[in-house]
Amino acid sequence: MIDAVGNPQSVLLLGGTSDIGLAIVQRYARQRPLRVVLAARPSARLEAAAERLMTLGCTVHSVPFDARDPNGHQTVVDKAFAHGDIDLAVVAFGVLGDQERAWQDVQVARELAEVNYVAPVSLGVLLAERMRAQGHGSIVALSSVAGERVRRSNFVYGSGKAGMDGFFLGLGEALRPHGVRVCVVRPGFVRTKMTDGLDAAPLSVTAEDVATAVVEGVRAGKELVWVPGPLRWVMSALRHVPRALFRRLPM
Amino acid sequence: MGAISSGLPRTLTGWGRTASTVAKLVTPTSTDEIAEAVRTRSGRGVLARGLGRSYGDAAQNAGGLVLDLCGLDELHSVDPDTGVIDVDAGASLDALIRRLLPLGLFVPVTPGTRQVTVGGAIAADIHGKNHHVQGSFGNHVQSLDLLCADGTVRTIGPDREPELFWCTVGGMGLTGIVLRARIRMMPVETAYCVVDTERADNLDDLMARLAEDDHRYTYSVAWFDAVATGARLGRAVLTRGWNATRDQLPQRLRGAPLKFTAKERLSAPPVFPNGLLNRATIGVFNELWFRKAPRERRGEIQTISQFFHPLDALRDWNRVYGPRGFVQYQFVAPFGAEETLRRCVERISSSPHVSFLNVLKRFGDGNPAPLSFPAPGWTLAVDMPAAPGLGQLLDELDEWIADAGGRLYLAKDSRMTSAVLRRMYPRLDEWSRIRHSVDPDGVFTSDLSRRLTL
Repeated sequence: MIDAVGNPQSVLLLGGTSDIGLAIVQRYARQRPLRVVLAARPSARLEAAAERLMTLGCTVHSVPFDARDPNGHQTVVDKAFAHGDIDLAVVAFGVLGDQERAWQDVQVARELAEVNYVAPVSLGVLLAERMRAQGHGSIVALSSVAGERVRRSNFVYGSGKAGMDGFFLGLGEALRPHGVRVCVVRPGFVRTKMTDGLDAAPLSVTAEDVATAVVEGVRAGKELVWVPGPLRWVMSALRHVPRALFRRLPM
Repeated sequence: MGAISSGLPRTLTGWGRTASTVAKLVTPTSTDEIAEAVRTRSGRGVLARGLGRSYGDAAQNAGGLVLDLCGLDELHSVDPDTGVIDVDAGASLDALIRRLLPLGLFVPVTPGTRQVTVGGAIAADIHGKNHHVQGSFGNHVQSLDLLCADGTVRTIGPDREPELFWCTVGGMGLTGIVLRARIRMMPVETAYCVVDTERADNLDDLMARLAEDDHRYTYSVAWFDAVATGARLGRAVLTRGWNATRDQLPQRLRGAPLKFTAKERLSAPPVFPNGLLNRATIGVFNELWFRKAPRERRGEIQTISQFFHPLDALRDWNRVYGPRGFVQYQFVAPFGAEETLRRCVERISSSPHVSFLNVLKRFGDGNPAPLSFPAPGWTLAVDMPAAPGLGQLLDELDEWIADAGGRLYLAKDSRMTSAVLRRMYPRLDEWSRIRHSVDPDGVFTSDLSRRLTL
């Protein structure tokens, strides 16, 4: 159960090696040890992540998970819920990819669409089914400002995020009467392994900043969280910038 | 059958309005329907719910079945000689008081509200201002009918299956469903109390006054200020008294000494924002409250509702904390652990979290129930808006209280851990063993029992 002050007792991290996802879980674990299910492709990184959580007092299970294998999603969710209720599920996987190749190579484009949009939708439906039956739970969906107004520089990634963002906002509405909350998180530029080598954009944040905002957002029952907060106002302005001007902006 | 299929998904919270979950809510109209509901439950179990005055998650069962028993509230019999009544578990103390006061009978234990059911009073083993004299609610139950997981109804009491009886008292509804109970009421001559009010300048003064002559009073409680700091920390208003005899009433009340009067209940509108109760507003309120109280006044005549249930005059007062809700934190620290109590009060008042309704009282002896809350010592209750950082503050206090041999009240808890519970209730294993013997599959389950792996 997520208690009155926002402590969950169990967390499922889909994208078990995601920097932001792990930062969220560790943030919770430092408050109180909890049961963690890490769903990811088996790797040394995954084992190291599990190890770190165990030193924080968590019980950790790992479940093999490949976002690109939609037929495996049901099994992943079944295994994740096999040890009891999941109080909080974090949908944290995604790929940025080579954005210039992505709009010119159909294979790359399709893979990005599958990982960034199709898989989150597929898992969202499966999580919703489980949590409805539980009568409680929260889903955190890591979206991105890239989906708020899709721009030329990363539009294949951005369009996937725009789609999943809309899906989870809608899922949150659908699940409201069933005791399940969905929190869509829109971080700006986060310095992680995904953005390694890219120049940091203004208002850039760390995975820990996102984790702090998510923990507070879940506690307060928020449906949408921007990280950093002021990004909300920046993006609502940018949304209305005329296209001719928008394309000239250095971003 | 009909009752089950008509169950609708309902969002439920406790009185603190935090951590809502959804369950199928059914309102049975007979004990047969209750039995039917228990028999045909889903895998997520079943739980009885009364008037929802537990502050935390004790009366919720996410994804499962919740039976609203308020519809089964018949008063089957009253024995005027012994004062023993036979009543359905869904009856409220409010209804009992209204029905029985004219007969010269009063509930032996009443909490700060009349809006609790008999079933809930037993499940939480509630206490009142007279705990140091009369003990808790379970002490006054002669016997009760418990619907068990296997569908049988057992009549149990302190001298009939006492182990199961005392595990049901304070057992948070997890041993079965209390259908009806035989309770010894208390004879009274009037519907009034004689009340002494005095002010204490600070926490030490307050504790000294309570320790000195609490034993003289049937009822005793103190409201204290948890915002004032320094030398005024814990300044308080003590209100203590007795049930009034007819002779103590002024002439104009003697004609109808047992007439129960409670002010019309006003409803708090659902428009309060988060953060309305903050350091500034509570500080002002506390100042007024403290100054309004007389430095000392003896022998004032108050009605039962004025003395026991002042908050009942405002229905849904819990809304004033805003949609985020609030956490009520009540612990008891044994006599001798006054230092821990003082440390907790200092820690709370120096934190950014402000508590509005703060109550301090001395408990007398506990009863044999393994999960009953009251134990000899000081009990303190505070309530605070569920704001960021509150969890860490209370986790810190939990440790101090557990170290001092104290405990938290399950009917109010909404956030402690299973590990802390085990330290605070050393007889938990005994309770679990007996509960397991009557409900091996955990049919009776709640959000609280999931959270605390009870």
